[in-house]
Amino acid sequence: MSGNIELLSTTLAAAKAEDRAALIAYLPAGFPTVDGGIEAVKAVIAGGADVVEIGLPHSDPVLDGPVIQTADDIALRGGVRIADVMRTVREAYEATGVPILVMTYWNPIDRYGVERFTAELAEAGGAGCILPDLPVQESALWREHAEKHGLATVFVVAPSSQDARLATITAAGSGFVYAASLMGVTGTRASVGAQAQELVGRTRATTDLPVCVGLGVSNAEQAAEVAGFADGVIVGSAFVKAILDAPDEATGLDAVRSLAGELAQGVRKR
Amino acid sequence: MTSEFFIPDPEGLIPSAEGYFGAYGGKFIPEALVAAVDEVAVEYDKAKSDPAFAAELNELMVNYTGRPSALTEVPRFAEHAGGARVFLKREDLNHTGSHKINNVLGQALLTKRMGKTRVIAETGAGQHGVATATACALFGLDCTIYMGEIDTERQALNVARMRMLGAEVVAVKSGSRTLKDAINEAFRDWVANVDRTHYLFGTVAGPHPFPAMVRDFHRVIGVEARRQLLERTGRLPDAAVACVGGGSNAIGLFHAFIPDTEVRLVGCEPAGHGVETGEHAATLTAGEPGILHGSRSYVLQDDEGQITEPYSISAGLDYPGIGPEHSYLKDIGRGEYRAVTDDAAMQALRLLSRTEGIIPAIESAHALAGALDLGKELGKDGLILINLSGRGDKDMDTAARYFGLYDTDAAVEADADSDRAEIEGDAK
Repeated sequence: MSGNIELLSTTLAAAKAEDRAALIAYLPAGFPTVDGGIEAVKAVIAGGADVVEIGLPHSDPVLDGPVIQTADDIALRGGVRIADVMRTVREAYEATGVPILVMTYWNPIDRYGVERFTAELAEAGGAGCILPDLPVQESALWREHAEKHGLATVFVVAPSSQDARLATITAAGSGFVYAASLMGVTGTRASVGAQAQELVGRTRATTDLPVCVGLGVSNAEQAAEVAGFADGVIVGSAFVKAILDAPDEATGLDAVRSLAGELAQGVRKR
Repeated sequence: MTSEFFIPDPEGLIPSAEGYFGAYGGKFIPEALVAAVDEVAVEYDKAKSDPAFAAELNELMVNYTGRPSALTEVPRFAEHAGGARVFLKREDLNHTGSHKINNVLGQALLTKRMGKTRVIAETGAGQHGVATATACALFGLDCTIYMGEIDTERQALNVARMRMLGAEVVAVKSGSRTLKDAINEAFRDWVANVDRTHYLFGTVAGPHPFPAMVRDFHRVIGVEARRQLLERTGRLPDAAVACVGGGSNAIGLFHAFIPDTEVRLVGCEPAGHGVETGEHAATLTAGEPGILHGSRSYVLQDDEGQITEPYSISAGLDYPGIGPEHSYLKDIGRGEYRAVTDDAAMQALRLLSRTEGIIPAIESAHALAGALDLGKELGKDGLILINLSGRGDKDMDTAARYFGLYDTDAAVEADADSDRAEIEGDAK
């Protein structure tokens, strides 16, 4: 069974046709529990997320700030396994029809086996992967298997990426390009860096892929600002924080649903 | 142009241009760090062939570090090692008390060449942190050291030393709160502040070029020891022995001997409470290849690639990874790696203290314990070279608790008497 890379592309194209940016939400699997995490994904989709990234929690999340570190910790202490991540992808996709990506570090996939992982993700209905510590020059094996199974390879580009390197990265990537709004780890920020717009411009010069911006976006105002120059707005820590701050699971689900709703309005106000 | 003490690998055969030692190494880093890591590689390549760089580093190694370090024969200790002759390469006598200063001075000079004004580093036992804080004081660089919270407690003396030298010490409270987590936090800092900051990585792990560059700065250890031992004994050792955490002092000792195929290269990993208990940090003994902190190497991990929490009484060896060149040496059979328990290391620490008047770091005591066994295997004709990578001052609190040496412990005197008897008896 082939993965849903096409669905990802048509979803992003549809948002563009509506003259708006897409809303891409991130939530880790197994957080606060496996079933609770699946409900949270359904809630952000109900609130208006167009695409979801499911985090496969890792013991050493070097690119994540304290909020996602805490969530990963809770998920791992709860015993989350890759099978649970696959179930989260499958149930979220089957219930909503929305494209679902997995975001994780390279070691869990390397250890699990690239062929086994890509085959299972495609079979679960996944659309692709974001692997922020797998740079393009180490990615040939991954891309071979991802392509075989119809999965997108979404590379991250950073404000420090030189133009020649941007071209190399975007030529190897598929689905969309993840532009990091600033130099730093995940987490909410008071403002989104001015570097983001410049990076989106430089990235667009190298590719026709949609360019989506992540890192630091947490509210509708910031979403609208980023939607003014990007094809998609990626929000992670703000959703995770909403669940962490909630006194119980039901309140957490309401909070992420309403946050997704506000952000969905934001991406339409470019 | 020639430098006596900065002696980068003359062969230049490994690693490959992409930073691979066989199947190990590489550059598994976020895009935000690619430009910075590439800059380090380019600058190091330039520096390596720049006589001015070599001259400046050489001058520091002689007049600041105090190189060459001594080679000390330890006959009373050797009586417990099956009668083999044993020599210690005294990296503990370097300024700041360990081998770490060799690499730190090299990278600090590189930091200046790159025009960066701030240095960050991780530290386990605090030896790399102290050396880094020292170099930053010397060169007027801002300095932030990340250290696991558990390590700040068991190495409190080194925390005070770093602060005295003007460094900011951040106690890392995430994960296992030891060296691995300190490195994670340092990477997070680097991603956010890469413009003005150099990450002065402290061991032969991490993304290319760190494994090769850090090794080059430490190659002097083995080059010196090889020459000194030949002068003193007229022959090469049967075995060169070093403790292995990330592997920097070991690769520094081993590298000059790699072409001498008759010299066994023996790395001693921390077995903690015993490899069979699961409470250890014996990466090459019990790990599997994986990716941690920017390169592929042996890693302690579970079946789904989650890094497992290591344990060792020694903060400097308490790490679930290992430099990629060691993984390569293990796979090709050139390096031998054995695991040494906390208890064996602590006994060796006390033995060296009481037979030779040298108090070693707990890290280095793992190599001493490994050498005691190796000496018995080699017999009376054996010749063993051990890298005494650091001194034990920082470990006195841990050792005092382990052996009950504080005044509040009534058993101290009796213990000392029985130990003397035990040590004398053991030698017979």
